[in-house]
Amino acid sequence: MSEIITGAEAIVRGLICEGVDRVFGYPGGAIIPVYDTLYDYADKITHVLTRHEQGAIHAAQGYARASLRTGVVIVTSGPGAANVITGLSDANVDCTPLVVIIGQVNSWLLGSDSFQETDVVGITQPISKWTIQIRNSADIPAALAKAFYIANTGRPGPVVLDIAKDAQTGTLEWDRYRRCNFIRSYIPYPEVHDTDLQVVASLINSADRPLVLAGHGVMISGAEKELSALVEKADLPVASTLLGLSTMPSDHPMYKGMLGMHGNIGPNVNTNRADLIVAVGMRFDDRVTGELDKYAPNAKIVHIDIDAAEFDKNVKSYVKIHGDAREVLHRLYPFVREAKHTDWQKSFDTCAKIETEKIIQPELCNDDPDGMCKMGEVARKVSLAAGIDPILVTDVGLNQMLSARYFRYTAPRSIITSGGLGTMGFGLPAGIGAKMGAPHRTVCVFTGDGGIQMTVQELGTIMQYGVAVKIIVLNNNYLGNVRQWQALFYNNRFSQTPMVNPDFVELADAYGIKAENVEKRSQLDGAITRMMEYDGPYMLNVTVDECDMVFPMTPNGCAVDYVMLSKDEIFDVNTLND
Amino acid sequence: MEDQQLFTIAIYTENHVGLLNQLSIIFTRRCLNIESVSASASAIEGVHKIHLTCFSDRRSLEKAIQQIERRIDVIKAFLYTDEEVVHQEVALYKVSTQKLLEEKNLEEIIRRHNARILDITPDYTILEKTGHSDETESLFQELKSYDLTQFVRSGRISITKSPIELVDAYLSSQEERRKRLTHDD
Repeated sequence: MSEIITGAEAIVRGLICEGVDRVFGYPGGAIIPVYDTLYDYADKITHVLTRHEQGAIHAAQGYARASLRTGVVIVTSGPGAANVITGLSDANVDCTPLVVIIGQVNSWLLGSDSFQETDVVGITQPISKWTIQIRNSADIPAALAKAFYIANTGRPGPVVLDIAKDAQTGTLEWDRYRRCNFIRSYIPYPEVHDTDLQVVASLINSADRPLVLAGHGVMISGAEKELSALVEKADLPVASTLLGLSTMPSDHPMYKGMLGMHGNIGPNVNTNRADLIVAVGMRFDDRVTGELDKYAPNAKIVHIDIDAAEFDKNVKSYVKIHGDAREVLHRLYPFVREAKHTDWQKSFDTCAKIETEKIIQPELCNDDPDGMCKMGEVARKVSLAAGIDPILVTDVGLNQMLSARYFRYTAPRSIITSGGLGTMGFGLPAGIGAKMGAPHRTVCVFTGDGGIQMTVQELGTIMQYGVAVKIIVLNNNYLGNVRQWQALFYNNRFSQTPMVNPDFVELADAYGIKAENVEKRSQLDGAITRMMEYDGPYMLNVTVDECDMVFPMTPNGCAVDYVMLSKDEIFDVNTLND
Repeated sequence: MEDQQLFTIAIYTENHVGLLNQLSIIFTRRCLNIESVSASASAIEGVHKIHLTCFSDRRSLEKAIQQIERRIDVIKAFLYTDEEVVHQEVALYKVSTQKLLEEKNLEEIIRRHNARILDITPDYTILEKTGHSDETESLFQELKSYDLTQFVRSGRISITKSPIELVDAYLSSQEERRKRLTHDD
């Protein structure tokens, strides 16, 4: 039985049919009809009002990544649309499923530079998985269904619906909502062939120095168990990308650490010693590969990915498996033989021993009670105090690299960070969304004094909804990561990196958020305990030394096995060849 | 750097607003200059076929093709060398009718190039030449000295020499999939 409803009503009913019970947004002129309808459905859909549209989209990203559900954002035309661009670009490169509903001016005004009009389709096409403009109410249900299907299948990504105001106010005939499960020009889950898997298996079975690279795709497809089973059977060491962290627990014997510019020594150096690399759901980003011409010179590369556009984009692969990671790993398992690579495994231990001695111990084991805390030390202590399976949400910079390195991961989907785009200001709003997406897990937001101020207005959102995030500001009164580069490569010329900051504790206090300063090591443990025991949002403003840097480091343009242990010391690869 | 040559890119898409924009920005990002474009409805209902030509190396264009195919509304995209396709373009020329009558060898030029006359008025004559771009170009060069007032060239269109019709095969396998899914529903 059909009825006549408005386009706005169709949008909200469609969201409910897609299982949406929470949206993030900010109202405005061109989206008022949808907000008017949301008012009637407040019992079914909780709307989270952020303080800026950028906050809304980052919160939706945090929500989506913590819950694996599709994040929904609702904003208005013109400036509202322009303010979600950073988040769209971020979600696009970090494969985050979002449906972003943007109000647009009345259709008869389109193209006339009318008030709050911007070319949403033109602007968002290059940074979204799919974009559509809707001018007729009748087109809304099908477009919405298509949007949800595209956003959260295949390689997930953000989808934009640019909906003219008159399409929201106009009417359509509604009978039942039909979810989309087919688009002629789109194959989200390609067919995987056993013959290809057998080729991969024989490579694995005959390799002496195999290395598995686990990316974000492993978690997106829910393949953590399949990965563990495979690597345990064939004794394959695993290294993860930044977004692939927590795919395996930090203490898993096969897990060897993080890849990339500030990754662990073993995974980076052994990339160039491996004879086989099996890359799963990762895209050989330049932060992971370093100098491409010197990347993995001894290895045959097997690339498993759901996005065919990633094959041979940066690194030529020997075998490509186009498919869903979970299916591929599951079906690969029976073809792979049990094996032992004892010497190869030991070489990772050798690296880990050197890294522990030179870098990790000094970061974690300083016991001067009056000294300033180390960033890694704070991250490790917070993660150990944060209860069962805490989630790390980071901003970008030193806070990100050090918290990612030293946080202990016990369950999958425990890190939410802006990997591909490196968006400062991501952390605080993403933390809000993460807590809403995983309410039973402790969400620890690590941010810097620079990053938090890019979206600091979202303290208002935390206040309004009582979002129990634990915020740790690693405060060195500098843009620390740029400072590190200036110190290492620009002759200590600290151009525009020192910052005069507000009193963050007083700032939090103004928003009714409990906060305290940690100025020296002796204050840290007590402060962390109080933060974790407190039932609600809490901020620690931790003073850290501006001279602290993140190591190891593979500088831009160097091979991955060129690893700086400090400003003056390079890792000697020959220690592994004895 | 690999050898550069002119490639033909054939793209089958859904007929949606903004598609050409989605494709052209992929070239812009990779700093690839599109030499010619031709877009029109294909033989398959609802499917558009876009031809682009681009002067580049194979590897760069293969990457662009991958990113084109990743777009949701793109059905298939192919990269061809001149040897793999039969290709044509159309050029139109506007010359002075007076000159045509006065200059004896002009008639000979038109015959030699196999050009057709589309329209004649007392003021001007419009000629059409179909062929490869070097052919339309060579007629253009010859006519230049005879008061050529307008010259326009279309984008390239092409048909593959391969006996296998990949788009048809793709669409029928997708139709099978759609039927299975509707059945399951």
